Amino acid sequence: MRAVLILLAALQGTQAAPASQGTVATRVVGPGGDHATITEAVQAAQPHDTVVVTRGVYREATVVVDKPLVLRGEDGTVLDGEGARGLLRIVADSVTVSGFTLRDTGISFTEDRAALLVDRAHFCTVRDLRVEDAFFGIYLANSGDCLLEDNTLRARSTRETRSGNGIHLWYSTRVTLRGNRIEGHRDGIYFEFVEDSRVLDNESVGNVRYGLHFMFSDGCDYVRNVFADNGAGVAVMYTSDVLMEENDFRGSLGNAAFGLLLKDITDSEILGNRFRDNSVGIHAEGANRVRVAGNDFLENGWAVKIMANSEGSTIEGNNFLGNSFDVATNSRRSYSDFAGNYWDRYRGWDRDADGVGDVPFHPVRLFSLVVAQNEPALVLQRSPLVALLDLAEQVLPLLTPEDLADPRPRLAPVSTRWGPS
Amino acid sequence: MSDRSVSTGVKILGYQVRDLARSRALGGYALALALATWGLVHFGGGTARALPSLATLVVLVVPLVSLLVTTSFVHHGGDFIELLLSHPVGRRPLFLGMYLGLALPLGAAFLAGVLIPLGASGALSTHANGVATVALAGALLTAVFTSLGFVIALRATDPARAMGAALLVWLAAAVLYDGAVLLAAYRWAAYPLETPMLVLMALNPVDVARVLVVMALDASAMMGYTGAIFQDFFGGAVGRALAIACLCAWTIVPAWVAMRDFQRKDF
Repeated sequence: MRAVLILLAALQGTQAAPASQGTVATRVVGPGGDHATITEAVQAAQPHDTVVVTRGVYREATVVVDKPLVLRGEDGTVLDGEGARGLLRIVADSVTVSGFTLRDTGISFTEDRAALLVDRAHFCTVRDLRVEDAFFGIYLANSGDCLLEDNTLRARSTRETRSGNGIHLWYSTRVTLRGNRIEGHRDGIYFEFVEDSRVLDNESVGNVRYGLHFMFSDGCDYVRNVFADNGAGVAVMYTSDVLMEENDFRGSLGNAAFGLLLKDITDSEILGNRFRDNSVGIHAEGANRVRVAGNDFLENGWAVKIMANSEGSTIEGNNFLGNSFDVATNSRRSYSDFAGNYWDRYRGWDRDADGVGDVPFHPVRLFSLVVAQNEPALVLQRSPLVALLDLAEQVLPLLTPEDLADPRPRLAPVSTRWGPS
Repeated sequence: MSDRSVSTGVKILGYQVRDLARSRALGGYALALALATWGLVHFGGGTARALPSLATLVVLVVPLVSLLVTTSFVHHGGDFIELLLSHPVGRRPLFLGMYLGLALPLGAAFLAGVLIPLGASGALSTHANGVATVALAGALLTAVFTSLGFVIALRATDPARAMGAALLVWLAAAVLYDGAVLLAAYRWAAYPLETPMLVLMALNPVDVARVLVVMALDASAMMGYTGAIFQDFFGGAVGRALAIACLCAWTIVPAWVAMRDFQRKDF
């Protein structure tokens, strides 16, 4: 709301200038239009004009938008970078860009070359762009109050060093990403020093490194996104006050791949997400006062790996189903609370029929400690010998963390938005 | 083999199957498996939870039953074999008839015991890959331990000793071997153990079958392992093909040894 008010105030501020009073014009670029090139049209335009670019392929120097404009591409309007340059650079506030196909920026090792760069500008709207084979896709630096909506970014990277991020935000505030689809970049969505932003309903799929990667980005929300089949999953670091809700984390397979890697995350909430078919569902290192609730952990290698430097976190009301290992840790003590989860390995009774098991559940198996110390022993997974060892340890816990236990294990799965599993 | 010996073999196979069908052992085996599977699915909370438990059960029970049934039938059938050998019957067709006459009904009993309750619960469509892998692993284990049972029964003439040897082989293959592997993994923890571990697994058919199941049920965890060799092995079709080839070798080589023993044995 506040962003909208600021936006309106800003619009009124610029419109008060006499030159543009009541003379909002539409300029057409293209064969038979008012201008031959987009740059020419932008230079000739008055603030708040609309520049419509008709269909065709445009090959011109990077277009610098230095005044508030609406820049609209018709269906089939392509800006081609010919492997040599970025395509659009926005350096003024209140610019709207929509409908273009931006393609082929080429790779640069000396600059962060982006198909669309927003540089020190506010109140921008970027909508319905197709970005193909860009190094960086949409790049916001020192910007804010922007909306990036329904854009499709597709690159064909195979190596981390030769690829840039899809949507890259650096020192930006109050940005909303909604309904974008990013594929084949280095990191699908990358935030560094970003604040108070929303990432809603995006799909970040098949990127070389992380589907979502953020650092030092406090107070951001991530809701209903899909992070699937990315090289190393999702990694979030050095941040507090994060909300992650109803996202789908899946298909992160590999020895350094995580559905969600939490590193030094504090005072955050991870609610109602689904973690499916990842080598590790959540890997928590220095996750302090993080609440993990109502999530589904399905058929992961390790559902949760929580290191002893995580303190005061709670893992409650989640479903653990079909994971090879439920919980692993690196300490005999536990500094986080597990309560009221559903564990498919739980074998206790519920004699008072209150839906809660009568005895606590210890989710760390002896074998997961064995594997942590001696990885090749993993080939003995599901061996009867291992089952015997686990059983002996359950009866007489000597090695597994005794206080890492769920005192109130549920007997039936918690219902989540993902439905019955 | 000539047509005549093939038909002799088939005839013997037929007798053997009828004989086995009459002996309640196989029916009991199938029924017990069916009950266990049904119980796991219905009281264990669905197929997703039942499959891993079923896999452990299969890896334990199938070798034991195959070994015991084979050794006991070879010994109890001693008179019958002598009788047949007094007729113009070749030893190879006789052996093959007996072998298949045991392995096929055992395999069929296993598949019926596991697949019928799983099919009734609808798991064949929802967990096709997992069910198929468990079924394949069990069927191949049946073949392997029928071969090994023949070797034991033909080499140990005393029925009690043969039974004891069978139990010992089972205990070693199903439990003790893995203990030794675990100890070895700790003893040589400082060395790169990936390849040696895989070789050790190949040397025990129970482990090969278990690894085959693990590839289907724990792929995510296996992919989380650091080493490239495991990832390649467990991640793709290569590992699966190797495991199946390994189990076939574990069937054929002991069966061939048993046949040689059978051909030379003085009944």
